[in-house]
Amino acid sequence: MSWLSILDDYTFQNVVMGAALLGIISGALGSFAVLRGQSLLGDAISHAALPGVCLGFIVAGSRHMGSIIVGAMMTGGLAALLMLALTRLSRLKTDAALGTCLSLFFAIGVVLLTYIQGTGNASQGGLDAFLFGQAAATLRSDVWFMGGITLVALTVLAALWKQAKLVTFDAEFARTLGMPVTLIDVMLTTMITLAVVVGLQMVGVVLMAAMVVAPAVAARQWSRHLGGMVVIAAGVGVVSGVTGATISTLGRGLATGPLIVLSASAIVLVSLALAPGRGILWESLRLVRQRWTLHKHQILYVLYQTRLEQEESERSPWLGRSAFTAFALYRLKRQGLLTAFRPEAAAGKPARQWRLTPEGVREAKQVTAMFHAA
Amino acid sequence: MLVGAMVGIASSLLGTFLVLRGNSMLSDAISHSIVLGIVVVWMLTHHQSGPVQLVGAALTGLLTVFLTELLASSRRMKQDAAIGLVFPALFSIGVLLLNVYAHDVHIDTHTVLLGEIGFVWLDTVSVLGYHVPQALVSMSIMLTLNLLFIALFFKELKLSTFDPALAKALGFAPGVMFYALLMLTSSTAVAAFDAVGAVLFIAFAIVPPAAAYLLTDRLWLMLVLGAVISVAASISGYFIAVHWDVSIGGTMAMMTGAFLLLAFIAGPRYGVVSQRLRRQRARGLADVSESALY
Repeated sequence: MSWLSILDDYTFQNVVMGAALLGIISGALGSFAVLRGQSLLGDAISHAALPGVCLGFIVAGSRHMGSIIVGAMMTGGLAALLMLALTRLSRLKTDAALGTCLSLFFAIGVVLLTYIQGTGNASQGGLDAFLFGQAAATLRSDVWFMGGITLVALTVLAALWKQAKLVTFDAEFARTLGMPVTLIDVMLTTMITLAVVVGLQMVGVVLMAAMVVAPAVAARQWSRHLGGMVVIAAGVGVVSGVTGATISTLGRGLATGPLIVLSASAIVLVSLALAPGRGILWESLRLVRQRWTLHKHQILYVLYQTRLEQEESERSPWLGRSAFTAFALYRLKRQGLLTAFRPEAAAGKPARQWRLTPEGVREAKQVTAMFHAA
Repeated sequence: MLVGAMVGIASSLLGTFLVLRGNSMLSDAISHSIVLGIVVVWMLTHHQSGPVQLVGAALTGLLTVFLTELLASSRRMKQDAAIGLVFPALFSIGVLLLNVYAHDVHIDTHTVLLGEIGFVWLDTVSVLGYHVPQALVSMSIMLTLNLLFIALFFKELKLSTFDPALAKALGFAPGVMFYALLMLTSSTAVAAFDAVGAVLFIAFAIVPPAAAYLLTDRLWLMLVLGAVISVAASISGYFIAVHWDVSIGGTMAMMTGAFLLLAFIAGPRYGVVSQRLRRQRARGLADVSESALY
């Protein structure tokens, strides 16, 4: 397929729009999940949605998007509640409770899935698409549906913005202000569930975990404000969704879900490396600069001290002969703080000697004062 | 049924330590990302099972953990976010490779997630003249390995689980212990793959130990109870599955959950009911002592 003709392709349009919507909703709500330390909640909920999908199917008798979503919401929410109950009322830690809910609900889902297969309902096809996601099966009606849910979720988020922010960063303070913290907690979790359920059909149960986490982590690199982070995360979600969908249409039968996830992961890697301020590249640059400054100060200090001790002496102090030191000396000379001269020594090969220039002396005085103050 | 029980024992033994260390979700991550290892090894050697496969997959498991620790130690995200990033990425690569190179392999994506314990009888090898299901052989090897590991290093494991700092001070290398444990976890996950699939492996690795943890404070008793619970779950799950004609692995995992709920509600010391009773009794005592004051 050529680049232009795929834009006209109806399936492609559906997939790309769906992927973009998924990116928006999972990016925006995923930011909250990641900041609240609930990154793996998305994973647990997406697995727990499976029995709901099956139940919805059994009740509706066909692959009806509405009933499946309702079912998935119900079991996903139930799993979240059970998880809360396990951590609050027993001595299990969060990770064990998460793993427990995830695997149990998924097991129930598998059992229901085989039960449905056993009943021989002809319209069961496409049901297991929820496991791995089948973006190509996205219908125009599904896109409208996802668009509606995204709109609702974003509206609720905008309406509850202040409260959500406060509960995320300082739940205790919010409580003292008399905010219904638990209610807002439940609202946020519900909306994360909603995002997960919407994404199930596109990228599947397993990969939904990444769609919640990856855009948020990438966005965290670029912004220090919640608002910026949410917007950027949504943007990252859209970019990775569209990229993944496009590659999968152009490539030969590559699954869409994994491609979307890999695009998102690539963005995360780039963000980790490059983002200004928090990027790894910037941090190493900063480290190198710090080391360089320290070294320069050391050299100036040593030269100055020797100068004080033996005025007009011919012997310059011993300086390390490492490449780093040589480079540092060269740079100091370029800055006009040092001069080099070669004494007419009798013995063998004379070493280069270094002497402070008047500017160098001034600078070295400051450094010395700084060292002594510290 | 026998295979299920063995999967249960083997994985719950290792799972005990993961649950105690607060690393349960690592088993989730590992069990997903070993798909990549399985596919890569298949592409290189065209072996679907056997020791090469186990080692390859175990290495992928280690890679997962290593990458997770790397991301978390960059202090730019929490460990759970790192887990949530690493394993879907590795899993995606695995699925894509399957897509491209392995259209007609038996490891299709469904068995990977779900497994079908009912089919293990079809895949037999002959050992000493008997036809034995392959899964049974690989599981018994893994079970023996795990038992040996725990028996040999019980003291070291115990110490590095409960007090890593002290273990390090005594020169026990808790890091090595940790990676050895995870190596075994991923090997067991591979061996358990055909039988129960990735997700239900997690059920066996986490839920029985969690249930046992609600029942006892003693490590060895927790190991034994975890094993007993998984055996009981396998047996009861098998009969329920046959009765309703549904996925056997699924019902087995569901039964582990039933036992967990039982422990959660009715456990003698940490169960909800006994906690409530104790609280009421304490309140009763408080009332008595209060009335005695006046």
